[in-house]
Amino acid sequence: MADIVLDKVSKKYPDGTVAVRDVDLEIADGEFVILVGPSGCGKSTILNMIAGLEDISSGDLRIDGERVNDKAPRDRDIAMVFQSYALYPNMTVRENMAFPLRLAKLDKATIDEKVNDAAKVLELTALLDRKPANLSGGQRQRVAMGRAIVRNPKAFLMDEPLSNLDAKLRVQMRTVVSRLQRRLGTTTVYVTHDQTEAMTLGDRVVIVRAGAIQQVGEPQQLYDHPANLFVAGFIGSPSMNFLHASVADGRLRTALGDLPIGSRVRGLLSDAPENLIIGIRPEHFEDAALVDEAARAKGTEFEAPVELVESMGSDKYVYFTVEGERATSAELEELAADAGASDLPTGGGANLVTRLSAESAVKEGENWRVWVNLEKIHLFDPSNGRNLTLHEGRAAGVTAE
Amino acid sequence: MTVRVSEGKRAERRLGWLLCAPAAIVMVAVTAYPILYSVWLSLQRFDLKFPDEREFVGLSNYITVLSNEYWWTAFGVTMLITVVSVAIELVLGMGLAVVMHRTLVGRGLVRTSALIPYGIVTVVAAFSWRYAWTPGTGYLANLFSDGAPLTERASSLAIIILAEIWKTTPFMALLLLAGLALVPDDLLKAASMDGATAWQRFVKVTLPVMKPAILVALLFRTLDAFRVFDNIYVLTAGANETSSVSMLAYNNLLRGLNLGIGSTMSVLIFISVAIMAFIFVKLFGTAAPGREEGRR
Amino acid sequence: MKLRWGLLDAVVVVFALLPVLWIVSLSFKTTATLTDGNLIPREWTLENYRTIFQTDQFVRALVNSIGIALISTTIAVVLGTMAAYAVARLDFPGKGALVGVSLLIAMFPQVSLVSPLFDIERQLGIFDTWLGLILPYITFSLPLAIYTLSAFFKQIPWDLEKAAKMDGATQAQAFRKVIAPLAAPGVFTSAILVFIFCWNDFLFAISLTSTERSRTVPAALSFFTGASQFEDPTGAISAAAVVITIPIILFVLFFQRRIVAGLTSGAVKG
Ligand SMILES: Nc1ncnc2c1ncn2[C@@H]1O[C@H](COP(=O)(O)OP(=O)(O)OP(=O)(O)O)[C@@H](O)[C@H]1O
Ligand SMILES: [Mg+2]
Repeated sequence: MADIVLDKVSKKYPDGTVAVRDVDLEIADGEFVILVGPSGCGKSTILNMIAGLEDISSGDLRIDGERVNDKAPRDRDIAMVFQSYALYPNMTVRENMAFPLRLAKLDKATIDEKVNDAAKVLELTALLDRKPANLSGGQRQRVAMGRAIVRNPKAFLMDEPLSNLDAKLRVQMRTVVSRLQRRLGTTTVYVTHDQTEAMTLGDRVVIVRAGAIQQVGEPQQLYDHPANLFVAGFIGSPSMNFLHASVADGRLRTALGDLPIGSRVRGLLSDAPENLIIGIRPEHFEDAALVDEAARAKGTEFEAPVELVESMGSDKYVYFTVEGERATSAELEELAADAGASDLPTGGGANLVTRLSAESAVKEGENWRVWVNLEKIHLFDPSNGRNLTLHEGRAAGVTAE
Repeated sequence: MTVRVSEGKRAERRLGWLLCAPAAIVMVAVTAYPILYSVWLSLQRFDLKFPDEREFVGLSNYITVLSNEYWWTAFGVTMLITVVSVAIELVLGMGLAVVMHRTLVGRGLVRTSALIPYGIVTVVAAFSWRYAWTPGTGYLANLFSDGAPLTERASSLAIIILAEIWKTTPFMALLLLAGLALVPDDLLKAASMDGATAWQRFVKVTLPVMKPAILVALLFRTLDAFRVFDNIYVLTAGANETSSVSMLAYNNLLRGLNLGIGSTMSVLIFISVAIMAFIFVKLFGTAAPGREEGRR
Repeated sequence: MKLRWGLLDAVVVVFALLPVLWIVSLSFKTTATLTDGNLIPREWTLENYRTIFQTDQFVRALVNSIGIALISTTIAVVLGTMAAYAVARLDFPGKGALVGVSLLIAMFPQVSLVSPLFDIERQLGIFDTWLGLILPYITFSLPLAIYTLSAFFKQIPWDLEKAAKMDGATQAQAFRKVIAPLAAPGVFTSAILVFIFCWNDFLFAISLTSTERSRTVPAALSFFTGASQFEDPTGAISAAAVVITIPIILFVLFFQRRIVAGLTSGAVKG
């Protein structure tokens, strides 16, 4: 058990790529921390530096208060689970799991006991004498986990451990990982690409972009109070809607109509640029016909043509096209590229994804009246992506007084 | 920070050079120096039977060789053997590759027996062919009523080519088989959904995808065939104008002990091969094997 | 359909094996039946084998062949492994040149080296010695070794090295316990291919030797006489040919899969 501290850690690869810059992060003893971010943002590099597989170019890494920059991986007492599992193909499952113990020169009886215990926890007992080549993907994954847990390391590092599994297995293994970590209480740093893993697994989530940390927080906090455009767009599925907005006559002019601004936001806007981006999550829309009087006052209504309705049973995803400019910024383009959506045709105007109640009678091709909750709207500065509605780390919509 | 980074890089380079140095030194020392030395020898009159008459004669050895009809006959024979055997090998090798790729019955047996010619010592195979075509010991000689095929030029050449084909078709087939394995099954299925016949699928889908593998196989085999020596030595010893250039150079050197002329031929053969390799690389540009390797 | 493939298979097998069977048959024939043209000997005899193993000529050549091929193979594989590791795993200027040079040597007309090596080796005093053959054998088998080995090394999941380090291994342990066992089949395969190459060579063997001191079997075959000067050597040659063919056929039988993988990886990917 240990705490891990990264103090202004940077990584410059020999070819000059700066993969990580000035990362500060404190991971408490027993904490489960998730690193998430688009491909190539430096997640693996951070993990490899903690592991000792990559040198740290500058900054300090401390484990249990001790600076370990110059220690070899074997002296850090950390276990790692690789995306490719990295099982030794020439060894059986038992030998794979025993390998770290053998290297640690434990006696045979202890090794057997530990391997058997770990195998029982991961339900690998029946497979102990097979070679990795004769295992399914999920089984291999469990062996990789087993090899990590047998020696009770100070910390686990996992680099996209589930990404080679199919969707169903991934869900299953997610709970296995989660339960295992809770049970062992070992400090864990977990890299993932997957939204759901990020939101459900960890105590805290670290969002990384281009080698720098964007925001660190509990999943719900990141979702409700994103510090900037990038975090807002990265967390959530379907992702937040972004529209262009401009300030005119003390109101916000948007494709959804003119929106009132509360005094708190007005104060914040005094030195903000004229052109802004508003962000609204899909669930903050509702079919106007289903909104009760009390709620109606918190928001505003608009009408738009319905393009597509996807009924999920519990609710409906309804896609609208609204007239008006689309929001543009570097962050949004990067997000679109990461989602692989950069070259999807979007036609004229802006697209809205909304999540309406299942009772809604909305029909494709018709114009429909939709209500939007103004207390949940975010405003961003397109030049630096900052969330303008955030106050002491909390967002409270554009109408907050 | 930058100092440390470049140090790591430098260490990697040093290790790379260190590991490659022994292999590179041996390869260069045993090929580059001798070939330069043979250029030097080729400019001299140097006959081991008359060592005292050694003298520098400029290009006169080249004139001697290039105006000699034996050289041109041998060159023609070499080219003939190269072109005919490689062409037939390509067709047979392709057939064999398809058989090995598709066949399910006795796959292991086919692969193993196809590998045997590759493994057999060429000289041994050549002896087998020689005895087979010699009246008396042979089971094949009697196929032709008029007796000894290895004493006539045309039939000798045909037998040499046959022996070459027997020996190297498996190698060709293996190279092509590796190429065949690269053709995605889905692509063939898609083509057959589009209504292509088996032959059309082969010509329009399989061959184009295999093109790089075919070119590599052709390059290797052509240059290899041009070196033909063992089979001729055993089968005819160059009798009846069946010498290849290698055979001729060997004879000048070890039978004639004429180092000057032998070296001249060595240089000429080297130049011929270089020209052929150059043409191949130029013609097939990106498919040439060296390129891809360099990029890695 | 199945029948047609089966038929093709049969044709292939017969075509590949017939010359081998023929020479085997000759080797078992008595002098009297040597010329009967029968594929199956009417009278079987081991006389030919007895003859060759009694003549110093053949035994000496066999020792030379084995010794020279083994030494050349060992050296070529060691040097090739080092170079191939560098080619597959390290980035350094000159890598392209190395690969290019070995490609050139793979296509080099060996006969062009015969005259200069003949002269150089005489001057150095290594003409007609084992070393005189080992040097060109190493040179011409290095490209083969480098290509097959670097293709093998590229396939090794090098993540395992990292994993071993995380499991507490030192660099040396990671290599010994994890990487080496994985690389061994590749090294073994290229050793077989190199051995076959050295075993097969005729041109150098016949040009760079002059006596039984270092003549290998392929070269010795062409100098063969029977038990006496005047006897027809056909039977003896056939027996000797069979003897040197056996190891290769065994290799092919046992390591067929590996040989195919090695040949194709080296030639196509390289
Ligand atoms: N050995 C290396 N040399 C040079 N640059 C590298 C090296 N390894 C990684 N990089 C670069 O560093 C950056 C971060 O890479 P890293 O592997 O940490 O990304 P990642 O966040 O793990 O991405 P992914 O989600 O795709 O795994 C990338 O731009 C990558 O190209
Ligand atoms: Mg990664």
